[in-house]
Amino acid sequence: MKIIVFSEQRDGILKKSSAIRAARTLADQSSGEVVALVIGVSVQAAAAAAGGYGAHRAVVVEDPRLSSVSTTGWSKAIAEASTSVGATAVFLSATSLGKDLAPRVAVRLQAGLAADCISLRLDQGAILATRPEYAGKALSSVRITTPVQIFTLRPNVFTAGPSTGATTTVQPASVTLTDADLVSRVTEVQLGSGTIDVAEADIVVTGGRGLKGPENFKMIEDLAAAVGGAVGASRAVVDAGWRPHSEQVGQTGKTVSPSLYVAVAVSGAIQHLAGMSSSKYIVAINKDKDAPIFQVADYGIVGDAFEVIPALTAEIKKLLGTN
Amino acid sequence: MSASFVFPPEALSELRMKLIACVNHVPDTAAKINVGRDGKSVDTTGVNFIINPYDEFAVEACLRLKEKNGGEVIVVSVGPDTHKETLRKALAMGADRAVLLKDGGPRDSFGIAAALAEYLKDQSPDLVCFGKQSVDGDDAAVGGMTAELLGLPSISVVVALTIDGTSVRAEREIEGGKEIVSAVLPCVITAQKGLNEPRYPSLKGIMGAKNKPIEERPATVVAPRVEVVAMTKPAAKAGGKIVGTDASAVPELVRLLHEEAKVI
Repeated sequence: MKIIVFSEQRDGILKKSSAIRAARTLADQSSGEVVALVIGVSVQAAAAAAGGYGAHRAVVVEDPRLSSVSTTGWSKAIAEASTSVGATAVFLSATSLGKDLAPRVAVRLQAGLAADCISLRLDQGAILATRPEYAGKALSSVRITTPVQIFTLRPNVFTAGPSTGATTTVQPASVTLTDADLVSRVTEVQLGSGTIDVAEADIVVTGGRGLKGPENFKMIEDLAAAVGGAVGASRAVVDAGWRPHSEQVGQTGKTVSPSLYVAVAVSGAIQHLAGMSSSKYIVAINKDKDAPIFQVADYGIVGDAFEVIPALTAEIKKLLGTN
Repeated sequence: MSASFVFPPEALSELRMKLIACVNHVPDTAAKINVGRDGKSVDTTGVNFIINPYDEFAVEACLRLKEKNGGEVIVVSVGPDTHKETLRKALAMGADRAVLLKDGGPRDSFGIAAALAEYLKDQSPDLVCFGKQSVDGDDAAVGGMTAELLGLPSISVVVALTIDGTSVRAEREIEGGKEIVSAVLPCVITAQKGLNEPRYPSLKGIMGAKNKPIEERPATVVAPRVEVVAMTKPAAKAGGKIVGTDASAVPELVRLLHEEAKVI
């Protein structure tokens, strides 16, 4: 089994890659090889750093026209690089970039795609993937029936761990790009200043409609800041215009699985539970003891958020010595 | 008033954009999901189906572009007759006509994309809009696959869209921010919540939808590429611990999070 792993970089620095680690685990069980693929400009060092996560070797596609993401161009580059190394499996992270590229790569390689996988294992020499459907209300085990197979791996589920610091050899991949392949491109990236994205955060503090108004999210922000986490919002709160959609957790928002999820004045509609119940630890604070959120919570306080949250923020600051 | 039922000939000269929204018919997000007897699909008994929530943003995007530029909005779905309910909903919102690419059984994302691409390739659309993902299979793949099959650019997870002549400027949501993407028509986008506020069908729209055509065509048959071997429900969480009923429980909660869960 030869697995090529599209490995993301930003400004020439390789992002932590749980996908390379996961590929290496499977390759080790099948005398296989893991090849990291890095695309961009001046990405030799980023590609070499893939060795620190377990890649046997790396290939790069370097082209000044690929300095920013082009969905059309990058998906062609991944497909051609995969073919040129003879890969039988292509891994991408199920990030905004990976999810954008994978469907196009799949069509180019006439490959089946298993998206947003949460576990991968070998079954009679083939990769069997588990992926959530219906926002996690069901889990499917899927098998891809095509010769080349594509998997996107949900971030935060597979662990990258720290790099060993090892580097690996880097070669250029043979890819032909024309200007027509670059018909769409990212012209600008706008990142929020200092805030952590709810889908990436290790701790999420979510406020619900029980907070009564947008002004009361200050205490949610304070608690999130105290624990170094991100602010989340229930659908009711987003639909009411109190918080931006980018913070919405649930079936029509983001699916999150942080180490700690704190649900404040969130009743726990089925759509919300689907988006957060795979969190490692869940704390619920709600006045209503019958709120469904308590059914998935590890720890609960049946009480008034307006009293409990400020006290919780103060207690955590005391513990962490930050007050 | 009868004039409003006649297509005014002068409007023909304004027919500017051919806008196609691809929609799916999915279990209500409020539905409990149970695994069927075959152990690899969902038991849909008693489950209410709705238009895929993200597809409403796609339909709305097409309607607004038509209102601005003139043109035609077509809604397309791949599936059995039950999908007509969702097509009618889109017609009631204001789409001009609907096409059902008829198919009996479930398909993987490539199967749906292949059927759509086979239909779309002869339509010369200016813009094809999808929801960013269908909330059943959740693999967010059909839009990108269809675009690749058609050789068109695609922009996924779009939260803002501006079209000026043939140039497309879109904002797409990424982790912790946004990307601004430029492309040209014809183009495929997948819509994210926030792109617009989908309209509710008016009574007039609902009545009018009954007279709008739903064309039926057989969906192209392709071999499945992904096979579901088994489907399960995630393990239910054991009941948690109620630490207390007011702020006096906070120190104990923090102790548990620090010493037992070790998450802070």
